[in-house]
Amino acid sequence: MTIPAGAAGARPAGARPADATAARGYRRAPEGTHPPLRFAAYRATGLRAPSLAPVVLRQRLTEITGPLLTGDIGPSDHDLTTQHAGEAIGQRIVVFGRVLDSDGRPVPETLVEVWQANSAGRYAHVRDSWPAPLDPNFTGGGRVVTDPAGHYSFTTIKPGAYPWGNHHNAWRPAHIHFSLFGRSFTQRLVTQMYFPDDPLFSQDPIYNSVPDANARGRMVATFDLDATCPERALAFRFDIVLRGRERTPFEEPHA
Amino acid sequence: MRETPAQTVGPYLAVGLTWPAGFLVVPLGTPGAVRISGVLRDGAGEPVPDGMIETWQADADGRFDHPDDPRGPSGSGFAGFGRCPTDADGRYEIVTVKPGRIGDGQAPHLDVSVFARGLLDRVVTRLYFPDEGANAVDPLLSALPPDRAATLVAEPAGEGELRFDIRLQGAGETVFLRL
Ligand SMILES: [Fe+3]
Repeated sequence: MTIPAGAAGARPAGARPADATAARGYRRAPEGTHPPLRFAAYRATGLRAPSLAPVVLRQRLTEITGPLLTGDIGPSDHDLTTQHAGEAIGQRIVVFGRVLDSDGRPVPETLVEVWQANSAGRYAHVRDSWPAPLDPNFTGGGRVVTDPAGHYSFTTIKPGAYPWGNHHNAWRPAHIHFSLFGRSFTQRLVTQMYFPDDPLFSQDPIYNSVPDANARGRMVATFDLDATCPERALAFRFDIVLRGRERTPFEEPHA
Repeated sequence: MRETPAQTVGPYLAVGLTWPAGFLVVPLGTPGAVRISGVLRDGAGEPVPDGMIETWQADADGRFDHPDDPRGPSGSGFAGFGRCPTDADGRYEIVTVKPGRIGDGQAPHLDVSVFARGLLDRVVTRLYFPDEGANAVDPLLSALPPDRAATLVAEPAGEGELRFDIRLQGAGETVFLRL
């Protein structure tokens, strides 16, 4: 389960011509899509959210390019239930979908990383001290690379909810953390996937930090009966949409 | 289609995002390599022990090995990407080479992402190099008041070493960027 940064050159280098859309930046999502950095109900934002407004940076080459990481995926990196000698405990699930941009274009050959708690809601992490059982057969980290049409799929167990100290009787809804690169520094996204109809949504400030209700809904997977593996695993579809391109190129000479 | 919202990495990002050699953009011992290290601090000045720093940059010739570089991908195989979780003292390090000038008027720079529990989305900043004449004409640096611009310029810390602390909030707050 390692990807040395230097292994990233696994794709054919120099084989493709410069993209005609090269000098177009990535447009911003409508207001309300992403959470504000300062959100009082999530207490940890108090000392960590910057207090000054961000400086607008015009996107140039460093921002419209980005790491194209595809190297060194291990044989069990897509199946979190088989990374140890025994099988992980819990409800086996397949989580699958597509990575797209907001123009509907698939994002091919992009690294998708996930991490999660075990079925009891405990992370295999030294600082998680909640007294729920650890599962020696479940670490909770995985990675896959999308196919040419942007599809990804991995097998895991359904994570449990877990309590945290944010407020009285605070519980995180069951979730899987996702990390995506897209094709540019600007498209980088870290998010969380939730499960349908979770009764814990109403009291969770992290889920509710997203202002727009429709946008919140886009973090919730859908149950997909047709995709279940009979007598093996339930299936949840989670499509992930990254920033799309600006309509017009920026004009800037490149030496 | 509408974008998927961002969420915090939470406190346990190490379960999924730890690469043992992620902090090595170039192998140790590479001629001209520079070790960048620093501490991530919160608004109380306390180190952030559950954060992660990522860097992205051009190669030493100012090129990207990426098809969207209009000059064509460099073909060099230079990964350009570094990742380091912060340790118990809030410290991170990245070993890389100084990027060349891209040729569009900007000074050599790294794009930097900061992730942490308590950050509902990543925050983005830039690292510039000290003793670099082009800093004076860089479009971003030259548009900032000097004390603010100074938060984006690493400090010399000995032969082949640079120091770049990141302050999320409060006195000396790092300049963060909206892309
Ligand atoms: Fe979590």
